Amino acid sequence: MGPLIPNDIIPFEWNSIIAIVIGIFFGFILEASGFSSSRKLAGVFYGYDFAVLKVFFTAALVSAIGILYLDYLGYLDMSMLYIHPTYLWGAIIGGAIMGIGFVAAGFCPGTSLCAVAIGKIDAIVYVFGIMIGIFIFSQLYGLLDPIHNGYFQGYVTLMDSLDFDPYWFIFLFTIAAVIIFAFSDLIRKRVKKVFY
Amino acid sequence: MDKEQNRHVYWNPYFGGFLLGLLIILTFYITGRGLGASGAMKSSVVTMVDATSHEYAKKSAFYSKFVEGDKNPMNNWIVFETIGILIGAFISGGLAGRIGWRTQHSPKITKRRRLIFALLGGVLFGVGSQIARGCTSGAALSGIAVLSTGGFITMLAIFGTGFLVAYFFRKNWI
Repeated sequence: MGPLIPNDIIPFEWNSIIAIVIGIFFGFILEASGFSSSRKLAGVFYGYDFAVLKVFFTAALVSAIGILYLDYLGYLDMSMLYIHPTYLWGAIIGGAIMGIGFVAAGFCPGTSLCAVAIGKIDAIVYVFGIMIGIFIFSQLYGLLDPIHNGYFQGYVTLMDSLDFDPYWFIFLFTIAAVIIFAFSDLIRKRVKKVFY
Repeated sequence: MDKEQNRHVYWNPYFGGFLLGLLIILTFYITGRGLGASGAMKSSVVTMVDATSHEYAKKSAFYSKFVEGDKNPMNNWIVFETIGILIGAFISGGLAGRIGWRTQHSPKITKRRRLIFALLGGVLFGVGSQIARGCTSGAALSGIAVLSTGGFITMLAIFGTGFLVAYFFRKNWI
């Protein structure tokens, strides 16, 4: 029963090698989907290319459905998985700052690494910028501590926070995604084409 | 750049998204955790600061978390995964003939402007990813996969703010 490494089915020593293999697939999929191009990524904010929206939500739904299903069938113990913790204002303020950064640069960290791998100079500059940003954060750590460590709600899922049935939630989320995908195609037809 | 060049260059986004979803399932199934990216950049910064002054790193409230005792910040799951990302993207780009030194920007702006905005965007993403404890991959995507409330909030904040401020950056892109 999964997860395999925390349950000692695969020895822990394999962790780093598995990390590299998973990373190779991650990088390959992102690059092949066009995520090494900042102009393609930024298209989602201007309506000329919705690849980010489609890849992101398809991946989110496939993974959420798959994990719930494996848990339901008893192959994967969902309670053993690492749940991203919820620090309410940290998530909102941090996310908002990242949103501005996304539109300004057209990359997020994962996609910028793909662009670095194929030689994009703007991506190299961007990664350098991220490191400066992390250094700035470390210097302001005391000041930002109330946001970073405050408003902690625990390692909660939507089911805990909203008292939702996960299966209904995923069902409704899927329908919403299909509608959004169809809507995004309508928008793209009306927006002036951008070629890159 | 003509129309033909723009078409069929990349995978169908639903195909890419589907494979990415399967990869996230596999990652959680094997390791019990999700994907990430900004974590490796944090490890790099920690390593550089630690190499410059170990005394300082040990005293700092932020860096001391990562350099206590014999801890090596580069011996970290995300760092290895990131090495994989670089290899995988290089293979994909190589197979498609996309490798080469270049700065990609809209023909309406200069290269200099593009690089300045790339740097500024990076700085913002660096600060934001630390406040939110993860970026689009680690917090938003892997968070949503296990229905984490924080993952959903981070995703909504990133894309919501992106759409709100897109107007002010339009000259860079369209």
